[in-house]
Amino acid sequence: MSAAATGLPEGWGMVIGLEVHCELATETKLFCCCPNSFGDQPNANTCPTCLGLPGSLPVLNERAVELAMRVGRALACDVRRSVFARKNYFYPDQPKVYQVSQYDLPTNEHGHLDLPSGLRVGITRAHIEEDTGKLTHVGGGGRIHDASHSLVDYNRAGVPLVEIVSEADMRSSDQAREYVAELRSILLATGVSDAKMEEGSMRVDANVSVHREGEPWGTRCEIKNLNSLRSLGRAIDHEALRQIDLLDAGDTVRQETRHWDEASGRTGTLRVKEDADDYRYFPEPDLVPLEPSAEDIRRIDAALPVLPAARRAALAGAAGAPTIGAVAIAVERDLDTLALEAITAGADPARVLTHVEHNLAVEGAQRVSAAHLAALVQMETRGELTATQAKATLAEVVATGDDPAAIAKAKGYEAMGADALETLVDGVIAAHPGEWEQFRTGDDKAKGKLTGFFMGKVMQASKGQADGKAATALLRAKASA
Amino acid sequence: MPAGDGSEAALLAARRPLARPYDGPRMASLSRDEVAHVARLARLQLSEEQLDTFTPQLAAILEHAADVEALDLADVPATSHPYPLKNVWRPDVPRDAGIREAVLDQAPDAEAGMFRVPPVLGEAP
Amino acid sequence: MSPVDTARSTAAAVRAGERSARSVVEAHLGAIGERDGELHAFNLVTADAALAHADEIDAQVAAGHDPGPLAGVPIAVKDNLCTAGVPTTCSSKILDGWRPPYDATVVQRLRAAGAVSVGKTNLDEFAMGSSTENSAFGPTRNPHDTSRVPGGSSGGSAAAVAAGFAPLALGSDTGGSIRQPAAFCGIVGAKPTYGAVSRYGLVAFASSLDQIGPFATDVADAALLLEVISGHDPLDSTSIPKPPLSLSSTLQQGVEGLRVGVVKELLDAEGIHPDVASRTRAALEALEGAGAKIEEVSVPAVIYGLSAYYLIAPAEASSNLARYDGVRYGLRVDAPTTGEMYDRTRTAGFGAEVERRIMLGTYALSAGYYDAYYGKAQKVRTLIIRDFEAAYERCDVLLSPTAPTTAFELGAKADPLAMYLNDVCTIPSNLAGHPAISVPFGSGDDGLPVGVQIMAPAMGEATMFRVAAALEGARA
Repeated sequence: MSAAATGLPEGWGMVIGLEVHCELATETKLFCCCPNSFGDQPNANTCPTCLGLPGSLPVLNERAVELAMRVGRALACDVRRSVFARKNYFYPDQPKVYQVSQYDLPTNEHGHLDLPSGLRVGITRAHIEEDTGKLTHVGGGGRIHDASHSLVDYNRAGVPLVEIVSEADMRSSDQAREYVAELRSILLATGVSDAKMEEGSMRVDANVSVHREGEPWGTRCEIKNLNSLRSLGRAIDHEALRQIDLLDAGDTVRQETRHWDEASGRTGTLRVKEDADDYRYFPEPDLVPLEPSAEDIRRIDAALPVLPAARRAALAGAAGAPTIGAVAIAVERDLDTLALEAITAGADPARVLTHVEHNLAVEGAQRVSAAHLAALVQMETRGELTATQAKATLAEVVATGDDPAAIAKAKGYEAMGADALETLVDGVIAAHPGEWEQFRTGDDKAKGKLTGFFMGKVMQASKGQADGKAATALLRAKASA
Repeated sequence: MPAGDGSEAALLAARRPLARPYDGPRMASLSRDEVAHVARLARLQLSEEQLDTFTPQLAAILEHAADVEALDLADVPATSHPYPLKNVWRPDVPRDAGIREAVLDQAPDAEAGMFRVPPVLGEAP
Repeated sequence: MSPVDTARSTAAAVRAGERSARSVVEAHLGAIGERDGELHAFNLVTADAALAHADEIDAQVAAGHDPGPLAGVPIAVKDNLCTAGVPTTCSSKILDGWRPPYDATVVQRLRAAGAVSVGKTNLDEFAMGSSTENSAFGPTRNPHDTSRVPGGSSGGSAAAVAAGFAPLALGSDTGGSIRQPAAFCGIVGAKPTYGAVSRYGLVAFASSLDQIGPFATDVADAALLLEVISGHDPLDSTSIPKPPLSLSSTLQQGVEGLRVGVVKELLDAEGIHPDVASRTRAALEALEGAGAKIEEVSVPAVIYGLSAYYLIAPAEASSNLARYDGVRYGLRVDAPTTGEMYDRTRTAGFGAEVERRIMLGTYALSAGYYDAYYGKAQKVRTLIIRDFEAAYERCDVLLSPTAPTTAFELGAKADPLAMYLNDVCTIPSNLAGHPAISVPFGSGDDGLPVGVQIMAPAMGEATMFRVAAALEGARA
């Protein structure tokens, strides 16, 4: 594929690797039976284990393992023997003062994700770990450094996560956004996570570094906790430019963790990486290894739904035209099966995809039957409905589930026949002889401008019932006659 | 110490008598600064006197462990669990532990159903 | 020593309605009241709760219900086992006054079997020590000679049984913490196979080594207690998925034809007191006299046991004890920031030995040292297991001294490494995860008890207890 548009100054490039944490859609936490739910009274969902009380022990959630392996297989990873490890560090959101994660032996390794644009992003690993509690800083406007004290709620502590680590394969913020959007659609399709970025059930950290073309990559910085695709894109672009400014000025980039401030549109230092970052990982002695059998992996594979990339390929094959954007949207909205069936039933692919892209971005769109969509498009193709009428009819189909022909009839969208249209067009031409002469003899630019004028008059005269496409074709035919 | 080839024979030849006579703490390579660094990692505030005491004690224990450190065990797998189990898990069924009040009542400081702590300087790693 | 009925005879009498649980518990509370001021076996005596529980047992018996195999038997519980609503301190200032909201699995099983807890026993802080001198609440003294230590870390439990405060006690054993005090106090103490008894509710010291086990005045009582507390627990992922151990029914089958090996490296080593070595040889002869086949075997890797142990156990402890940070429970020393609060709380809350082991473990795990220390020590475990397996191809059980000496005087081992050397004979079983039991077998020239250790392969408790019973029978 062609070089990504980076928006960076000439001669500079950036490289991006992403770490995505997503909460697994389980009923209970990773190592205890406390509910995995959001928005409860503080510390309501706690027990000896997730509070780290002395003597408590973890017992792994079978469902969490299943979901983690499922996401691994959906990302074409090797699912392998894995071992939990303790990551030791002091912070009050960490009830045991270590986090149980996977270190040198993660459950999933060496996968990839194919993006709609054709880019393949390598997946380094996707491992299982537990979430931390939540700190609220009181006083000082909630800012950590001005707070009078802080409060800890451990409801989220121990919630199961998978952390999906990509290779540094992305070269622009657009690619990063595309990766996250695609990953999100896979998480949703597989039922692994509800992947709500705004609610924090999917959190993205971006590692960004830059270089002058031909030189080695510079020191990378990590931007933490990006909670929307928009923030992700803006933060990456800002960070790359910040690093370039530093290097241009002869400074060096310091390895650090940064945060993105959406309001100011800047990244700021969160934490400088220190030698003291010594997590003293060692195998978690309270848990035993996970060893999925070949049979387990076959079972997981068999249960996987058709993934977005395959769905896009199927729909694009049926549509047969360069419709990458519309196909991707259809899959994203889970309307690709509808589109595919309507096309198979004989509906014009371009019109089907147009409806999916523009007229079916609504609640209830999934309930539309392929037969109804096909019938509607065919009425449109035959000139029985104008584009505007088709849109209105489709909205009614979504709302009522009724047959489109019946709806069109009830709305009085009796087709304006070809003869009636021609009579109407002739009338408009006759009423505007000067404009018609200019249209007939003018260049393309003039023609384009006057098409709008005549179409306006035609629509006015027909009270919107004329088929714009057919009317335009008629005008052009008459002009060259 | 093993003669380099790591074979069982070499290992056996290298073994010293059990519980060799112990003649008290000796200084080993561990420095006082290293001990102070480890204390910071472990969040212990050692006094100067404690540092003076701990440094030779820890050095002596590590020196005793030098025989293990020196073994060539490249081909020996680690044992993290003496009794090998795998795939131990539980069903994903929620249960209310019902201990919230008992725990919060005993917390060193609590507010609004949460554990209250002094200001936290710095973000989590 | 006050004469003590066995747990078996007491339970039988209570179940038959011949003796009330209340009278049993009252007698033991009386003994505690008389002498525990001197010994300090207990951190806490739960007299009221014990009497109330005894009354419940008596009511069950009166109503025709069987309270279970330990009906009305008083038991002393090491103070690192969680007891719901009852302070559990680990003999540490950092947990002083903490009342767990839940019971350890073993505590639940005791209750279900009708045993009556009379209190929580003293230990070396967080079970780190071999003398019970490292308790924040003062040392426990050996009932045989109060100038001597009872051993440790379960010194309070061992002293309680030896002094007749309770016929049974629970301890925990990470490197010998049941067996060595049992030997020092002249009673029976067993460390089961790793995973045979649930660790749920045992405040962790070194998770991959810790096991809970029984103390009793004789082998049959220890077997009965272990039967009650063993068996799979879904709350402990390392719990072996098997039913409770069955020991009592085969206890008296004798040792005719069994192959007993004495571990050369653990008998002839420097540091083993001649009295202890000679009692161990006497035990071997006694077993031979009872029909066992005796041989000397080598388990070469055990000589690395102590070094490996003092890397693994502190490393795991440094992580297990990180949670005592003053945020959620236990001691907090206030400070202007959370970071300083951590430092002050932990420094004020932990004693010197705990600090030393946290330091050692933190160092062993820290960047650049993992492979050389913790990683290598885990490989040494593999060597030890292999060498034991080879030995168990030739022998059914192995024999060694339990401790290198008899009980030493309080304050005699001020140097940490000198103290650690006490564990040389017991540590290998913890590293291998194998069961081992200490059986009293006479005394040294100083008149203090000597214990002999019998080791068996994983889940080999039944044979191990048979041999222990035979040795006990040969003692007289």
